[in-house]
Amino acid sequence: MKNEFIEHHLNMNRRKFLSRLSLGVGSLALGSLLIPDIFGKGGMEEAPFIPGVPHFAPKAKRIIYLFQNGAPSQLESFDYKPKLREMMGQELPASIRGGQRLTGMTSGQSSFPLVGSHYDFKQYGESRAWISDLFPHTAKVVDDICIVRSMFTEAINHDPALTFFQTGAQQGNRASFGSWMSYGLGSENKNLPAFCVLLSRGKGNGQGVYSKLWSNGFLESIHQGVQFSSGESPVLYLNNPDGIDMANRRQMLDQLAAMNDQSYKDFGDPEINTKIQQYEMAYRMQTAVPELTDLSKESDDIIKLYGPDCLVPGTFAANCLLSRKLSESGVRFIQLYHQGWDQHGNLPNEMAGQAKDVDRASAALITDLKQRGLLDETLVIWGGEFGRTNFCQGKMTADNYGRDHHPRCFSIWMAGGGVKPGIVYGETDEFGYNIVKDPVHVHDFHATVLHLMGLDHEKLTFKHQGRRYRLTDVAGKVIPGLMA
Amino acid sequence: MFQRYVRLTACFLAGLYACNNAATSDTQEEKLPEIVDYNFNIRPILSDKCYACHGPDANKREAGLRLDIADSAYKALKESPGLHALVPGNPMASAVYQRISTKDTAMRMPPPSSNMALTAYEIKLIEKWIKQGAQYKPHWAFVAPVVPALPKVNNEQWPHNEIDRFVLAHMETKGLEPNPVADHERLLKRLCFDLTGLPPSPERMDRFAKDTSEQGYERMVDELLADTAYGEKMAIHWMDVARYADSHGYQDDNYRSMWPWRDWVIHAFNENLSYKEFITWQLAGDMMPNATREQLLASGYNRNHKITEEGGVIDEEYRIEYVTDRTNAFGKSLLGITIECAHCHDHKYDPFSQKEYYELFAFFNNVKEVGLQSTVGGPETYAKTPYMEITKEDLKGVLNFINKQDTNKLIVSVMGERDTTRKTYILGRGNYDNPTLEVTPETPHSVLPFDTKQYPANRLGLAGWLFDKRNPLTARVFVNQQWQEIFGRGIVKSTGDFGMQGDLPTNPQLLDWLATDFEQHGWNIKRLMKQMVMSATYRQSAVVSKEKLKADPENIYLSRGPRFRLPAELVRDLVLQSSGLLVHTVGGPSVKPYQPKGLWEMATSGRGSLATYRQDHGESLYRRGLYTFIKRTVPPPSMMIFDASNRDQCEVKRANTNTPLQALIMLNDPTVLEASRVLASRLLQKDNNSTRNIEQAFRLIVCRKPQQQEVARLQKYYDQQQQLYKQQPANAVKLLQHGEYPMAANLDNASWAAMMQVITTIYNLEETLSKT
Repeated sequence: MKNEFIEHHLNMNRRKFLSRLSLGVGSLALGSLLIPDIFGKGGMEEAPFIPGVPHFAPKAKRIIYLFQNGAPSQLESFDYKPKLREMMGQELPASIRGGQRLTGMTSGQSSFPLVGSHYDFKQYGESRAWISDLFPHTAKVVDDICIVRSMFTEAINHDPALTFFQTGAQQGNRASFGSWMSYGLGSENKNLPAFCVLLSRGKGNGQGVYSKLWSNGFLESIHQGVQFSSGESPVLYLNNPDGIDMANRRQMLDQLAAMNDQSYKDFGDPEINTKIQQYEMAYRMQTAVPELTDLSKESDDIIKLYGPDCLVPGTFAANCLLSRKLSESGVRFIQLYHQGWDQHGNLPNEMAGQAKDVDRASAALITDLKQRGLLDETLVIWGGEFGRTNFCQGKMTADNYGRDHHPRCFSIWMAGGGVKPGIVYGETDEFGYNIVKDPVHVHDFHATVLHLMGLDHEKLTFKHQGRRYRLTDVAGKVIPGLMA
Repeated sequence: MFQRYVRLTACFLAGLYACNNAATSDTQEEKLPEIVDYNFNIRPILSDKCYACHGPDANKREAGLRLDIADSAYKALKESPGLHALVPGNPMASAVYQRISTKDTAMRMPPPSSNMALTAYEIKLIEKWIKQGAQYKPHWAFVAPVVPALPKVNNEQWPHNEIDRFVLAHMETKGLEPNPVADHERLLKRLCFDLTGLPPSPERMDRFAKDTSEQGYERMVDELLADTAYGEKMAIHWMDVARYADSHGYQDDNYRSMWPWRDWVIHAFNENLSYKEFITWQLAGDMMPNATREQLLASGYNRNHKITEEGGVIDEEYRIEYVTDRTNAFGKSLLGITIECAHCHDHKYDPFSQKEYYELFAFFNNVKEVGLQSTVGGPETYAKTPYMEITKEDLKGVLNFINKQDTNKLIVSVMGERDTTRKTYILGRGNYDNPTLEVTPETPHSVLPFDTKQYPANRLGLAGWLFDKRNPLTARVFVNQQWQEIFGRGIVKSTGDFGMQGDLPTNPQLLDWLATDFEQHGWNIKRLMKQMVMSATYRQSAVVSKEKLKADPENIYLSRGPRFRLPAELVRDLVLQSSGLLVHTVGGPSVKPYQPKGLWEMATSGRGSLATYRQDHGESLYRRGLYTFIKRTVPPPSMMIFDASNRDQCEVKRANTNTPLQALIMLNDPTVLEASRVLASRLLQKDNNSTRNIEQAFRLIVCRKPQQQEVARLQKYYDQQQQLYKQQPANAVKLLQHGEYPMAANLDNASWAAMMQVITTIYNLEETLSKT
């Protein structure tokens, strides 16, 4: 039957593989053990692991997600609200607030004075989109990006909101976005994980990140995000210890392979062969990863484009450049987190610093991908977990204020990979409090991104504890207006 | 990248995809069974493909048709009263059969839009079932087990105990024969890891080699069960079940001192508390008549869940979250049911209504707690109300098993009931701010109705209900979990789901025999463990022939011994124990051994006591794996990479994968390098004969004497490495620097480095990390 469900095929594939493995290590072509590339690059003859995917022609092959952790204010970035300046200090009309719930931090406030952006906005590009002065570089690529002003979410605190964005559920224990991609589409590069995670931190008030955000959840642990670090060892435990070079490492692996092979002959357990192959792959990673993470050989033009920070390991700029290299090498999903966007107070100062950290490199990534002809097949996403209130939290002075969490509207942008460039999607009211046109729920966002990757969000499922789970849980709809 | 390897592993080890489930296997050409059984052949199909719209969930039911209950399925259809979904004996007249077999896609069930489809085999099965009378049976797991008769077997010689009779009878139906007994060295390794989590000492190896008789084996089993390491080994699985961690788990993820509860778990297993007491104290220790301090501490079980400290959260939202966690954990770990599915709506597959979910929830909803509480305790100890303080008197008395070395204050979160009853409501869509109907404590009717005449409507009563003779699940679920820990997969593979969507037991009589026997013998856990390891089934060799691999790749019929990679904690224990580094202190605060730099620092908000990783020194570097500090948001990578739980929620089963990251750990982790260095130096100081040293190291690590060719190969490798490090003395010095353990004096660096390389190689052998 045509419509066999996924697990059934998985089963058959596994069986096939078992019989192949039992032929013994000598007859194995290593490549045949790897996650197949569904796009057929590299001429793999294997059938895709999950038959039927892609469910339809993909527009994007890879994703780079520049997550702005802590929730950057939409009102100082991409959602221009002159009305808030006009009404500076006046009370938020109750009709606008509509009795919506507030966090425990402002629910006790006796008044909710409106506060306008400390920074000016101008219009840019052919789209004439309004962008604040904090993001001059992003403004230059405005015709390549699609600004979504009508995002909304269900959570009002960081942990659940982040978890919701990255796993489709507020309370964790689910598979993360990148893990779903790894599960659904596999890897394009046999020497690199399908899902990589890069962390950086600005000086602004931060909220931390949690490894559950790149957890495989109920999927096999192979789909877990592999965290790259800026330290000496780009992947945990990758480097040979002092006193052992690659040639010497090879000698040890040769002993191991020979002895494990004998074990296989004695026991007949195919798992032993698997182990031999894992050691070979570890060895190949040891060569491939450092070559990739070495940014010192990048041209001057590239350094200029991303800015001098890109040579400082662990900065957002360095991570952007690294993400381009990883993506170019076939990593399916690269998740960056830049921390420090939680401006409950001191917003004008902190936000300027945060924007400076990310603006140039984010725009550079778009330009760089474009000049390499990769933007068409790479989807870049920029945004945080929720928005910020149009009223002031805490004390308000002429040039200082703060904003609390606001889940009811916020802005993100997307570029490349089948996204309609140079548009602004959705609209909020003049107070920047409620969405008035084209709302995009987090589930809709997930459904749309999966669609761009050639996946039907209702068909990409995994059965666990008796239930078929989806990234979009039981909701979500694809938003055609976002797609080229 | 690593996907394929792991998939293979999954198929063999974790066995994530059943071969025994007719509904999901590729059995197109398989013969139809003589008698089509509802529970084993039909219900899995209906549950998986039909119940979502024609099952227990009243709100999602289509066309008013319910197929999970015989009476409704036989009734005239609501929408076409002339038709019946099922007409026993007549498939052609049954709407079900018409709709699943039609070529008309507009009519076909399940509808193409559901992304579900029946295979031709499944359709034939349903046809035959209807022909044979479309007979329904109650779900096997919700009917209390009765002691099954011991089956007849052809090979009367083989069975050692009852387990073996059930296993052999099953094997014989498949035409399989058991493997011979494993060689004594591998058997001892298997036994020691299963019962104590540690490799056998050379003394034990010698002793067992001299006496491998039945009595010798039994003496060894008894000795290991009496070892304090037994309680530590048993605690590892229980810490997953209880979602134990050393931090609160949300956002800033600060420290909590729950470790005295963990010390109690070890103590309880070693004292062989009956399973009934073990669970009753954990569920309701605080409510027992004249509760002891120990019983109160045990109730900390239900305070191990994550607790938020994020300023600005809505208190009630999180308080509800904690009660939800307890309810779900209760269902998954003790009843093996997916009650959590009824949190937002009626269960789609199992007969649990949303109302029943909140009735169960009500038992846990009366704790004297809040959603968000500011810091209590410090600087060494933190808990949340309600909590107990461990006093000096406690430590001298009934709580003397708590390994507390200092005089600081020590507080532990425990359970405590409010004076008045908090009302419980059904929460619409599971949302805290949407209470609807009020409910009172009750248990799911399909499992066993709660008898309020017999039990008080509180946690203590719930514990009583759990151990009621008529409860069909409690014993089965626990023996199945322990079977999984010993044999690598449960008799019911879906350890946490005995419901309609779960796997069927591969050997139902064996499961019921184990469960009833366990219950009849006072819920005696050590007795259960002994029964399993004394069986001939357990003692078989793990060698797998091509024929057996083909006939039974997942070893469902148990015609060979278990062979699996050791769990994360035991990988560490093996390395430390074999090198002589292990500091075998039981209990105490969790420790922070080596871990790659910057992990906590990169992920933290910058606030709180756990913003930076302050690695321990000295003895704390060499403690058993179960004592490694678990910060939930950044769990220890060397554990996670070997499939340990991140303790976010109750887990009853770990994956068992095989990945390149594991290879990188074993090759490059300072823990392994240091163990290699120290063991090399210890051997060299006693004896400078490299061959003898290689043999000795091999025996300590692999737990058997090496074969000649293994020694020859390692000797050659040693000679070559010795040459190399003679030529590269600076590299030898560098290699010998790993780890903080003091350097030995007066050793030849080249020989030392070469021996270290040999030992690291032995640590990396597949057999080393396997229970063989």
